[in-house]
Amino acid sequence: MNYWSWETFADALPFVLQGLGITVGLTITTYLFALIFGFVWTFLRRVPNKPFNWIVTWAMEFIRSTPPLVQLFFIYFAWPMIPVVGVSLSPFQSAVLGLGVHFSTYIGEIYRSGIESVEKGQWEASKALNFSPVDKWRKIILPQALPPTIPMLGNYFIIMFKEVPLASTIGVQGILLMANTYGARHWAYLEPLTIVGIVFLLLSYPSAILIKKLEIKMNTRFDKKTVMDTRVNA
Amino acid sequence: MKEPIVQFNDVHKSFGDVKVLKGIDLDINPAEKVAVIGPSGSGKTTIIRMLMTLEEPTSGDIIVDGKNLWKMEKNGKPLRANEKHLRSIRGDIGMVFQHFNLFPHMTILDNCMVAPIHVKKEDKLEVKERAVQMLDRVGLGDKLENYPSQLSGGQKQRVAMARALVMRPKIMLFDEVTSALDPELVGEVLEVIRDIAKNDDMAMVLVTHEMDFALDIADKVLFLDEGVIAEQGTASQVIEHSANERLQTFLHRFRKV
Ligand SMILES: Nc1ncnc2c1ncn2[C@@H]1O[C@H](COP(=O)(O)OP(=O)(O)O)[C@@H](O)[C@H]1O
Ligand SMILES: [Mg+2]
Repeated sequence: MNYWSWETFADALPFVLQGLGITVGLTITTYLFALIFGFVWTFLRRVPNKPFNWIVTWAMEFIRSTPPLVQLFFIYFAWPMIPVVGVSLSPFQSAVLGLGVHFSTYIGEIYRSGIESVEKGQWEASKALNFSPVDKWRKIILPQALPPTIPMLGNYFIIMFKEVPLASTIGVQGILLMANTYGARHWAYLEPLTIVGIVFLLLSYPSAILIKKLEIKMNTRFDKKTVMDTRVNA
Repeated sequence: MKEPIVQFNDVHKSFGDVKVLKGIDLDINPAEKVAVIGPSGSGKTTIIRMLMTLEEPTSGDIIVDGKNLWKMEKNGKPLRANEKHLRSIRGDIGMVFQHFNLFPHMTILDNCMVAPIHVKKEDKLEVKERAVQMLDRVGLGDKLENYPSQLSGGQKQRVAMARALVMRPKIMLFDEVTSALDPELVGEVLEVIRDIAKNDDMAMVLVTHEMDFALDIADKVLFLDEGVIAEQGTASQVIEHSANERLQTFLHRFRKV
């Protein structure tokens, strides 16, 4: 038996790659969405109101402990059927919203860890110099909180890239769905799916190396902080 | 008679069940230099942190330049101060911290320029000129483009002073600004404070363990003990001629001779 045919491979390649733009585009759009929405979580969690805080924390926990695939199905299939608040989105939009919100909860935690790594003394100095809340975040806190999170955020880009094929289940025509379609048409799955695997490897491996480099750079960028003030006062 | 620039009226402060300050009454006149001494844990830091709005008093009033710092009025009703109210007064006060708290992501010059430009909305060139001048004054005119991590502790603390001075506060607070420094770096920092104390006319509150230094520059010394001001007077009255026994014991541990 001949399992593998280079002819099929060559035939499937351009067909599968038609979905590459969508796959990459969806990854980038979803990622940007998650980066922005992550901030929303971070700041919602900082609202000094106990019940509100509890709701936000619980919502994040809920989103994180539900499979992204279920969330996708809910947004695409179930949400439009809810009266009044129901909205019907395209597969691409549903994927951006579903995966974006799901991953934003993780991204929000990364921001939080970055913000918490800023010493108490920096907050106090900002206050002593009478910064407005906005300037305090813009000039003092975020410029220190964000750079150390860049490698972790980069990792999430790769993780999300690998989750994006989930969107094929609601009909987003990325490379996975293209490979599946090709497979169904020609009753040949091995070659197109191998192509999908190779494409993911080719794109995520160099990204991973890039991120490792970035991480090393970030670790040597800031001198380790000096003494911590133990007082809590934010 | 001059109005005091700062008044504490029966100020109390507790952390949970722990009463740290038990009725502080204090007047600080404009340009007056006040040294606060006392055993560790007596509440010295807490006093100046309340004035810097980093800590809220449990009760009592702190009046800064005639305005109640922690209380405001709305439609004739007394209210707890909000951030806007605090901001309107806080600009009069500057603070130098024990651990410097310089902004590590900015050059020395930017450390000194960022607040006047963004907080006081002053002209960039004017601020730069003033910041350079101030850094020169504290002996760091040749380090403008350096980052804090490249400086010694003594240098960092001098930058922190320049950063606070560029804001032109009416009251400057110093919280044991030499106690995190290696002994050989203490002198250069005290020298700068001495220079400020002798030549600038803002009020200063210094928490310090440097008794000779306090004796030299302070108009008034407070001995804080167990949450109250146990003794106050001129430096010579408190440090050299007090009969207070606990003060004697305390001083004995700090005076070298
Ligand atoms: N944020 C805080 N939470 C709880 N206890 C505090 C806090 N800040 C200060 N204290 C306590 O208040 C007391 C006085 O502290 P502090 O003002 O720092 O004293 P000093 O500066 O004279 O050494 C200490 O017992 C300290 O542990
Ligand atoms: Mg202290």
